Amino acid sequence: MSQEKYDFAHEDVGIHTTPAVIEPGHTFGTVTDKISSIVLRKRTPLVWWIGLGLSFMLVQVLMGTITHLVFTGIGIWGNNQPVGWSFDIINFVWWIGIGHAGTLISAILLLLRQSWRTSINRFAEAMTLFAVACAGLFPLLHTGRPWLAYWLFPYPNTMGIQPQFRSPLMWDVFAVSTYATISALFWYTGLLPDLATLRDRARSRFGRIVYGMASLGWRGSARHWARYETAYLLLAGLSTPLVLSVHTIVSFDFAIGIIPGWHATIFPPYFVAGAIYAGFAMVLTLVIPLRKFYGLEDFITERHLRNSAKVMLATGLIVAYGYMMETWTAWYSANTYEEFMMRNRFFGPYALFYWALIVCNVIVPQFLWVRRVRHSNLALFAIAMFVNVGFLRFLPVISIFEMRTMVPGAQVKEEA
Amino acid sequence: MAVKRKVRPAVYGLMAEFDNPTDAVAAARRVHEEGYRKIDAFSPYPVEELSEAVGVHKTYMPHVVLVGGILGGLTGYLLQYYVHVHYYALNVGGKPFHSWPAFIPVTFEMTVLGAGLFAVFGMLAMNGLPEPYHPVFNAPNFALASRDRFFVLVESADPKFDRERTGELLRSLGPREVTDVEH
Repeated sequence: MSQEKYDFAHEDVGIHTTPAVIEPGHTFGTVTDKISSIVLRKRTPLVWWIGLGLSFMLVQVLMGTITHLVFTGIGIWGNNQPVGWSFDIINFVWWIGIGHAGTLISAILLLLRQSWRTSINRFAEAMTLFAVACAGLFPLLHTGRPWLAYWLFPYPNTMGIQPQFRSPLMWDVFAVSTYATISALFWYTGLLPDLATLRDRARSRFGRIVYGMASLGWRGSARHWARYETAYLLLAGLSTPLVLSVHTIVSFDFAIGIIPGWHATIFPPYFVAGAIYAGFAMVLTLVIPLRKFYGLEDFITERHLRNSAKVMLATGLIVAYGYMMETWTAWYSANTYEEFMMRNRFFGPYALFYWALIVCNVIVPQFLWVRRVRHSNLALFAIAMFVNVGFLRFLPVISIFEMRTMVPGAQVKEEA
Repeated sequence: MAVKRKVRPAVYGLMAEFDNPTDAVAAARRVHEEGYRKIDAFSPYPVEELSEAVGVHKTYMPHVVLVGGILGGLTGYLLQYYVHVHYYALNVGGKPFHSWPAFIPVTFEMTVLGAGLFAVFGMLAMNGLPEPYHPVFNAPNFALASRDRFFVLVESADPKFDRERTGELLRSLGPREVTDVEH
């Protein structure tokens, strides 16, 4: 709405005409009116209520399962020794990864001056916030007694004990809570002028009061804008290394351990690329229906979809390289347990899932090389769905189920 | 010596309304050149030239953020050092109590957290926000400042302010309208 300058014109008319970031014929006024009318004027459509109803029912399933989990114990997730984390870490890593695409769109594309980001960044940031909230659930429940989760923070207590900062679990606590805080601040800072716009457009007294309070009295002063712009840019500059560090630290949860298949230096870059990959798939999953239902085709144009598809293809290739490296390292290490782990993954009881993962995450996205596929919204949506299902990419996590005899103690016994 | 009584001026200032950023920037520059200093401009999106024109050449935001980052980083590192060397020294696999490489991730996260908090709350504090009421909201059409209009304000607190002369100057700069801003 009021965040940045848009490039209205078809600036880059090349041999292939690149679709504009915003369709022609729009002025600042019409853009503002169109978008604020979605919030302020339109009646909430029936479909929205149906969607909310369905989601609400799923939330009830979540409540039911959490109740079962808390009363029974985290063993129902398959946690035991040596599988300290199982179902929960898959979900945790997947959700955190989804969030990363939001930060990438907001921060990194801002620093790279990619003006096409402007149409989709706010909802991508909102996606980040919800994704981080979902991610946070899993380590919380993993503690088994979530009502004592505050023990993870260092605070003066009568027990006289403190958390262990040499453990990746503590790094996670700090990484994820910092990430959630900074994402919320970044989102709200970006939203501030938009809330002021809504305040000025709102017709109802209630709307004016609520948006007025939320916009903190923002009035678009040039003196304020100068500080605002600097602060926003610096936040973007801070978020960029932050997002990389968060998934690196998440991958440390695996890599710092000594379990075969987890103890690998490729994990940080492999995880970060995987996060952006899955995140962009989620962006496409959300944006393709969103622009259709809300009639936002003029603002979220073909260009956004195609650019997202290209980012997905590029990061997908990095992830594919990660899979290859894992296999190669297992062979090159000449370590019996690493080799067994890989063979087990290829041909063991979970082989079906592994090959499904390769199809979803490596083979299907290769169709994105074809221009016609990138130009078809339906095909893009389908491929994004495949990549979403590809959260099986965390199958490596659970394929070590089959290796319960591989605790370090057991290894020593066999070698002896 | 005569005692000067502070009289509250009749208006908060004069507001000129423009259709486009180019005219608003030109007007703000001109007003600044005329020697007015208590001036401001309002736009729906950031216009760097407009900030320059009203006399904002640098902000202290980067310094504030730097201080936040340093404080955050120090807090993170010293917290871990204090906990693991003094308060709750725990021997884990014979590693030294002061095992600094393991302290880096938390230190980094705390640096970013400190800098980010200082960036946002510093920006709000220096801008004097939240500020629910401000006289400029009384200017007619000011609601459009968040849509597609640009405004240039000269405050009556400026020593050079004169309702007639300042009004004439603003009207000569091609605005849609020049209006009084009530307190």
